Amino acid sequence: MSRIVAAMSGGVDSSVAAALLAQEATQDEIIGVWMRTHGDMPEGLELSRSCCSPDAADDARRVAQILDIPFFILNVEKEFGARVIDAFVDSYLEGSTPNPCQACNQYIKFDELLRRGLAAYGADAVATGHYARIEQRDGRWRLMRAADADKDQTYFLWVLDQQQLSRTRFPLGDLTKPEVRAMAERLTLPTAHKPESQEICFVPLGDYRTLLEERRGYAGEPGPIVDADGTTVGTHTGYAHYTVGQRHGLGVALGEAVYVREVQPATNTVVIGRRAEIAQRTFTVDDARFTAGDPPSDRFDVSIRIRHRAPDVPAEITMIGRDRFVVETAEPVWAPAPGQGAVMYDGDECLGGGRIVRASG
Amino acid sequence: MAIYLDHAATSPLRPEVLEAMLPYLAEHHGNPSSIHASGRRARQGLDESREIIAQLIGAKPREIVFTAGGTEADNLAIKGVAWAASAKGRHVITSSVEHKAVMNTCAILSRQGFQITYLPVDRYGRVDPAELEAAITERTTLVSIMAANNEVGTLQPVAEIGAICRERKVVFHTDAVQAAAFGPPAPDAWQATLISLSAHKLGGPKGIGALYVRQGTPMVAQTNGGAQERQRRAGTENVAAAVGFAAAMQLAYGESPPNALRDWLLDALAALPGVAVTGHPTERLANSASVVIDGIEGGDLVAALDLEGVEASTGSACTTGSVEPSHVLLAIGIDEARAHGSLRLTLGRGTTQADLDRTVAIVEACVERLRASAPSMVGSA
Repeated sequence: MSRIVAAMSGGVDSSVAAALLAQEATQDEIIGVWMRTHGDMPEGLELSRSCCSPDAADDARRVAQILDIPFFILNVEKEFGARVIDAFVDSYLEGSTPNPCQACNQYIKFDELLRRGLAAYGADAVATGHYARIEQRDGRWRLMRAADADKDQTYFLWVLDQQQLSRTRFPLGDLTKPEVRAMAERLTLPTAHKPESQEICFVPLGDYRTLLEERRGYAGEPGPIVDADGTTVGTHTGYAHYTVGQRHGLGVALGEAVYVREVQPATNTVVIGRRAEIAQRTFTVDDARFTAGDPPSDRFDVSIRIRHRAPDVPAEITMIGRDRFVVETAEPVWAPAPGQGAVMYDGDECLGGGRIVRASG
Repeated sequence: MAIYLDHAATSPLRPEVLEAMLPYLAEHHGNPSSIHASGRRARQGLDESREIIAQLIGAKPREIVFTAGGTEADNLAIKGVAWAASAKGRHVITSSVEHKAVMNTCAILSRQGFQITYLPVDRYGRVDPAELEAAITERTTLVSIMAANNEVGTLQPVAEIGAICRERKVVFHTDAVQAAAFGPPAPDAWQATLISLSAHKLGGPKGIGALYVRQGTPMVAQTNGGAQERQRRAGTENVAAAVGFAAAMQLAYGESPPNALRDWLLDALAALPGVAVTGHPTERLANSASVVIDGIEGGDLVAALDLEGVEASTGSACTTGSVEPSHVLLAIGIDEARAHGSLRLTLGRGTTQADLDRTVAIVEACVERLRASAPSMVGSA
């Protein structure tokens, strides 16, 4: 018998994941855990559609009661504050685009929950409601895309290593979203009809600028918006309020659509470009991790994805040392944004990934 | 069957209490305020219960006000007296280790213009009567200091406090919700004006408590409506629960408290590496063993113990997963890091030596497992 910690967010996916384990894995003991990631939002600013509100804890508890499994709340406020919220804010201040869901997976769900789950609950494995699959083949644990390509979340899971993959379960990997909802309805789970969570759970109303000011005292200072030639074409409210690829909120009218091409913290400058100028074929990635532990070789072919739900593009990877690589894509890709994940696939297998670095860095 | 060591949170309903209550949940259905026979029958149950409780604590029946629990009793006592005496002065003295029911009630008064003094405590959690005496001014109308602490079990010198209050003509309220589980509160020996009580800590039902109010104490009702409870607490009385409360008290005060088992448990826990007893070594609740354990998170330990069949607490019921360190542990001088590692085991009816042997072995194993896991890496990676 093994003991499995089911991470329950209070959403329909993790509810059904826990239900599947509780029903099918009759040999195993399932323990529901809801992670408290941050304090309560002020009244009126609670995020009804987010996974981390107190209401979500109530929903998760109700599901655990229906499934007749133990339920605990694990406080990860300190870790979440440092690893996810501060990292999110610092990412903007570095001129990068934050990737909070990936950070939450890496540091909270698969570091903190796995570590504390094993220690506190004597568990052997962690299960989540992610859409992804894990296979053991040729002596290696492999992270595979979900059966439902539309829901596949491997883009946020590339950091998992062999040790973590061996202790992780994704019960929804073979299901589609409609199947998951149907199962929730059949089990009359209170979360069956909850809408998808789309907001970032710790940013009320999507207003991250307030967070920059609160956590790092960044109020934003107006600076120039320049075009590719360095000509000033407008004024921005502070470089950290902009991310690469952004189109709206520039207040620049040049006769055709323009996008943020680069954010330069040192000079408080936002560089814009036309659509064709935003696409790139070559970029550098660091913090590289491979699910197998090591890259297949120094130079190899993959298909690469540089944002969630973007199409994969064939690319050649050239390693520079152990944790840095250069990507050369077969065709230009739209706005590789510093800070975002570049995730490598071989067919349906996720090989790993890394973080896109600034063009100048 | 799990070993239940959380009697300070709530103690299971005694079978005899359930028996005593059942007629009042079924055939004796009347409203005690009704004129007819059904009403009179219900009224009889309520009156008898009030008499039993009054007699057990050495009070008059008219001095017992039934409430929905200890928290409501605290609210009624503090707000009721503070406002009734507000023409004389608006200064309330309490301690820094009170239950939230007192702490947050005082905080509300503070926002309404009252001055609140929080007396410090020594490293065991005890108030110094001399400091209380020095804190009383001519504007002071109320002193509220608990009889026994719910987290670390320390008993306060209530009789000394009461004597000072009496001499200085200040109302003395004491929350005896925990203390009253192992022997009757004593209004006269303590010279207390107001005493909060709760049924479910001594094997009665949840949802009922009482406030002892010394005859002649001016008080503003906090729940308005009908004339029940001598106009101090409106609302149809919870007759079955009152009957259960009285029955539970009678049974509880006929039992000998588990001091010896508690002492054994405290010694056994203190013998584990990195474990320190919190609260007073001897002047403490008969059933309470509380400790802080280095290198662990109390909430994680309690979850781990639960999965191994031991039901315990970090010290106070915490369901929201907040990690605010306990104000009680901070007040007795335990630093924030160690305060996170709190564990409270509270014994009750039926707790055996064998239960405690097993518990100590399980605590030791779980603590070892928790300590072996890598510490939180925030800020260092």
